[in-house]
Amino acid sequence: MGESIVITSGKGGVGKSTTTANLGTALALGGKKVALVDMDIGLRNLDVLMGLENRIVFDIVDVVEKKCRMKQALIKDKRCDELYLLPAAQTKDKSSVSSEQLRWLVAELKEEHDYVIIDCPAGIEMGFKNAIAGASRSIVVTTPETAAIRDADRVIGLLEKEKQGNPPKLLLNRFRPRMVKEGGMMDVDEVVSVLAVDLLGVVPDDEEVIRAGNQGEPIVLHNRYLVAKAYRNIARRIQGDTVPLLVLEKERQWRSRMKKWLGFS
Amino acid sequence: MGKVLRPGVTIKGSKDGLHFFLDESRPFSTLLSELQYKLENASTLFDGPDTYIYIKIGDRKITREEEKELRALFALRKNLIIRSIEAVDGKSYLVDEEDGIQLLAGTIRSGQVLEHRGDLLLLGDLNPGGTIRCTGSIYVLGALRGLAHAGGEGDERAIIAASLLRPTQLRISDVVSRPPDQWDESEISGMNFAYLLGGQIAVDKMHHLSRIRPEIEWKENRFRK
Repeated sequence: MGESIVITSGKGGVGKSTTTANLGTALALGGKKVALVDMDIGLRNLDVLMGLENRIVFDIVDVVEKKCRMKQALIKDKRCDELYLLPAAQTKDKSSVSSEQLRWLVAELKEEHDYVIIDCPAGIEMGFKNAIAGASRSIVVTTPETAAIRDADRVIGLLEKEKQGNPPKLLLNRFRPRMVKEGGMMDVDEVVSVLAVDLLGVVPDDEEVIRAGNQGEPIVLHNRYLVAKAYRNIARRIQGDTVPLLVLEKERQWRSRMKKWLGFS
Repeated sequence: MGKVLRPGVTIKGSKDGLHFFLDESRPFSTLLSELQYKLENASTLFDGPDTYIYIKIGDRKITREEEKELRALFALRKNLIIRSIEAVDGKSYLVDEEDGIQLLAGTIRSGQVLEHRGDLLLLGDLNPGGTIRCTGSIYVLGALRGLAHAGGEGDERAIIAASLLRPTQLRISDVVSRPPDQWDESEISGMNFAYLLGGQIAVDKMHHLSRIRPEIEWKENRFRK
């Protein structure tokens, strides 16, 4: 019996699908059997980020309507053996599935997989309510912007009201240490103190994430990036390991190391 | 000749409905029996079409039990609908609500509303987009970043105090105020509270509260009196 985790945010464009793709891949790389579920019915894009768009035959709506078996709809990943994607339907909308159906679907997937990761649509309407129905854990993704934090706060409130499973965890995405130092962005501590939930991890901002997404390759596969390291650490924390937060300011590290060599400090 | 008593229950009609004035100097139980007598015996008056009832209990407070009894009496007449029960000056008519202070813990997040009758002490944060609405005063042991409305039913003596007062908006009674766009950090360091001063909301340091509300200042030897 596996675990189901919903990735949600309230606001759109903060990186839910990217997070889902990367955390799923990271968990699969760690030897777990993972199923990714795209619940953004009508606006699917997890398949694009995973580079699996051209392999879709059946989708989530076909499964709940029993037009196909679960096995037929699950797409096996190109790179990882134990990673599967259940794509959303593109021609239907959110009303074509009910929360009971999705609860059944997630329970079914949990039988076969260690982790079921659910990509939640933006907003707090039916699509959101359906997506959180089957999940026992939740991760709220936000960027350090006031508008995103406001929406994350609202979503955390709604998740707490549902009172199912564990309290939500926070993932701070697109963090820019430089901007924080210049005073143009909220610091990690500030965000955590406003939202008053446990921090699961911080992912730095990097253009490479977009580039990798366009190529259909989750960035976590490329070890040389700090972002990949951040996602791997978060995946380990999900499995219950204690991993210290990354030092995000590479530049300062490098500079201080130079100073040390030169004997300045 | 016995002295003619002024009735304890006075009924006046207006275009809105019937106003029941309950004399505050009589015991409540006496008033109830008088009211019962009137409702049972003045049959012609109370048999008409649906009528709204406004009950004015004067300068007194009743308990929830007494309110229940009062409402039960009016239930004898199906056409009488209680619209409101009021004390003088928009004060709360219920006794237990202003005694003491309600203690609640937790975070009030965006989109959530905490409504409370009486005074409230919140152990936790009020986040932007969240709301606290109270008929009395609001005290927050934590950060107040959202909307706080004290004295929601017209109590102009209500205050709003917080460990960290950074509201998006404050309301006391009918007065609405938002903080200046640029907070002067040096002026608002430490604990602050907001109160009504000349029809406007003012913010002051906590240690000035005893000067502004001398009636709640603590006094030495209170128990030895």
